Amino acid sequence: MSAANAVKKPMGLRLRERIKDRDTAIYGVLLIVALVWPMATIYATDSTFLVAQAGHAGTFVLLAIGLNVVVGFAGLLDLGYAAFFAIGAYCYALFASNQLASSPIHHQFHLPFWLMLFVGMVVAAVFGAVLGFPTLRLRGDYLAIVTLGFGEIVPQLFLNFEQWTGGINAIGNIDQPTLPVWITGPWAGNPIIEAVPKFSFAYDPVAYYVLVVILVIVAVILVTNLHRSRLGRAWMAIREDEVAAAAMGINTVTTKLLAFAIGASFSGFAGAYYGASLGIVSPDSFLFVVSVTVLVMVVLGGMGNISGVIIGALVIYFVLNNFLPALPPNVTALASAVGLGSLNEQSGEWPGLAGVAQRLQFLLYGVILVAMMLLRPQGIFPSRIREQELKSQTVVEEETVVEQTHA
Amino acid sequence: MSVPDLVFFVLSGVVVVLLAVQAVTAPTQFAQVLVFGLADGAMFALVALGYTMVYGIIELINFAHGDVFTLAAYVGAALITFFSTSENVFQVGNLVALLLVFPITMLIMGAVNVTIERVAYRPLRNAPRLAPLITAIGMSFLLEGIMFLWHGPATVHVPNLLPHGPGYEGYIGGVFIGFKDVFVVVAAAILVALLALFINRSKLGKAMRATAQDRDASQLMGININRTIAATFFIGALLAGAGGMIWGLYFNTITYNLGFRTGLIAFTSAVFGGIGNIPGAALGGMIIGLIAAFSDAYIGSKWTQVVIFGILIAVLVFRPTGLMGMRVPEK
Repeated sequence: MSAANAVKKPMGLRLRERIKDRDTAIYGVLLIVALVWPMATIYATDSTFLVAQAGHAGTFVLLAIGLNVVVGFAGLLDLGYAAFFAIGAYCYALFASNQLASSPIHHQFHLPFWLMLFVGMVVAAVFGAVLGFPTLRLRGDYLAIVTLGFGEIVPQLFLNFEQWTGGINAIGNIDQPTLPVWITGPWAGNPIIEAVPKFSFAYDPVAYYVLVVILVIVAVILVTNLHRSRLGRAWMAIREDEVAAAAMGINTVTTKLLAFAIGASFSGFAGAYYGASLGIVSPDSFLFVVSVTVLVMVVLGGMGNISGVIIGALVIYFVLNNFLPALPPNVTALASAVGLGSLNEQSGEWPGLAGVAQRLQFLLYGVILVAMMLLRPQGIFPSRIREQELKSQTVVEEETVVEQTHA
Repeated sequence: MSVPDLVFFVLSGVVVVLLAVQAVTAPTQFAQVLVFGLADGAMFALVALGYTMVYGIIELINFAHGDVFTLAAYVGAALITFFSTSENVFQVGNLVALLLVFPITMLIMGAVNVTIERVAYRPLRNAPRLAPLITAIGMSFLLEGIMFLWHGPATVHVPNLLPHGPGYEGYIGGVFIGFKDVFVVVAAAILVALLALFINRSKLGKAMRATAQDRDASQLMGININRTIAATFFIGALLAGAGGMIWGLYFNTITYNLGFRTGLIAFTSAVFGGIGNIPGAALGGMIIGLIAAFSDAYIGSKWTQVVIFGILIAVLVFRPTGLMGMRVPEK
């Protein structure tokens, strides 16, 4: 859809064409759901639990958007993404709590959240650049291995330097962001719309939810513009063929380093938000599993396609945090309903139906991953360009098969 | 010699000197740590071979491999408990049981790994490169899930059937050494030697090397690619199966998520030795085992993970081709 065409067409037609565009439709639906979500869930469940959960899911959406820059745009495999997430979170936790008072420097810092959001971003980006600089010259798979090693080291370091980070005891009681003014209303369970002066987030799920939605929107706009920029095209060129890209005059090391650092910076961003919203940061929230989960979100959603990645993040988050944990009670209820209630009891080796369902979670997650990947290896919503490439590839392959059979 | 190589050798030299100082000042402790390290390293080597073979042939980090190793220990434990004549004693009846269970477990693991390849990797051979990686992770969760379903989160006991106790273990020059330690190293050495023989001498081994070098060209030469890749997974799993059994018999306790950490360390060993390189993986496993043991003893076990992965990063930065210095062809 070129700009010149769009100008000539009447408004209604343009709108209809836009709705037909898949990405625009996804963004539209997501935006409407995001706007209605707090009101609807608070009205339906009379609690802010689902809003808090959506805020938590937002962290993973941010992470997936960031990893998508590295994996989806530039084609660099990062298996230690959680390390940058940890760096962002610890960056905020250390400088916005009482933690450093009990460290060797005996002085506590309480820097504002809004500043630390960007500091976390910059620090994570710097670490990304430091790690990437010596390793990005290596062949692709080695980068995956280096990041894997880095991802294993970082949480262990936060665990080991107890006098600074509290080690296994985690850093708790992290400062809550404050704003000079905040508007509350029926969407937050407040009957009238009013302005709250000197507002503190104070673990208010609705406030965090609003914050994360804004952060995600900002991230999407930033990443979309990056994707369309000269740098974004350079990333794609490198992803498709590094040698050819270098021959076209792209500085591959700098370009890859930028992808790596920018991807890491989103993770630092998400880390600061995560630290504030939970109020506690502990080394075991940043293990290899987190890196893998975010990677799964990106690949499953459709690498390189921002709207697809957001959907992927939400789907995987739902499977991991709602679908699988809800299994044991549901299975038990089902068994009772169909008259197999005796299976629910624990006896001898048999751990009871709920126990079995509990143990099944791991297995099911594995089956879901394998099945979804086999059914849609390109992801749920692959990027349009990628989709075309894959299609033309299969056509070429079919042709060669035909040639072979003729010969 | 290039600058990174120089840095690599200087760093290795420093480590060797530091260890030599320890060896001179406290020789008994040093020898003891060496024994532990060699036994651990032998087991890492067996798992690392599977990673390196699969990576060499289809460039996939087979995340499920560590869990195949653990599953072998689980299956082995069940079979041993079934066949053994008495618990925790070394007897003729138990020796027969062991000789029976070893090949059976290895074959079962081979079948499992070939099935995994058939179901999860082969359909994705022409898909985007990350797709098989995700199914590998999925398969890893699936195998862990099966073991979790089977025995839950608790540790599982493996009967202590190898010769142990008075007469089979003791102090030699102040160093505690048992039949088990010797058995682990010897068994691993035999298996690695057999593998090397197979890869270098047999027709299938030749086909594997050819496929690893250039898949299309080998196909044109009449090599059945699918069969060769399946054979690679089968052999890798045989070794992981033996490794899992040996691990179970050596430590006598296993948990469902043992394969995750062991797999990462074994993979590090494979990279350390030069990924795709079979003698390299065996050597890398031994060295990483030794490094882990020395780090446990001299630095503290909470730093071992940092040390191992720090070394991994250093090797890749300063000597990306690994210890053996062979290059996997870029595809």
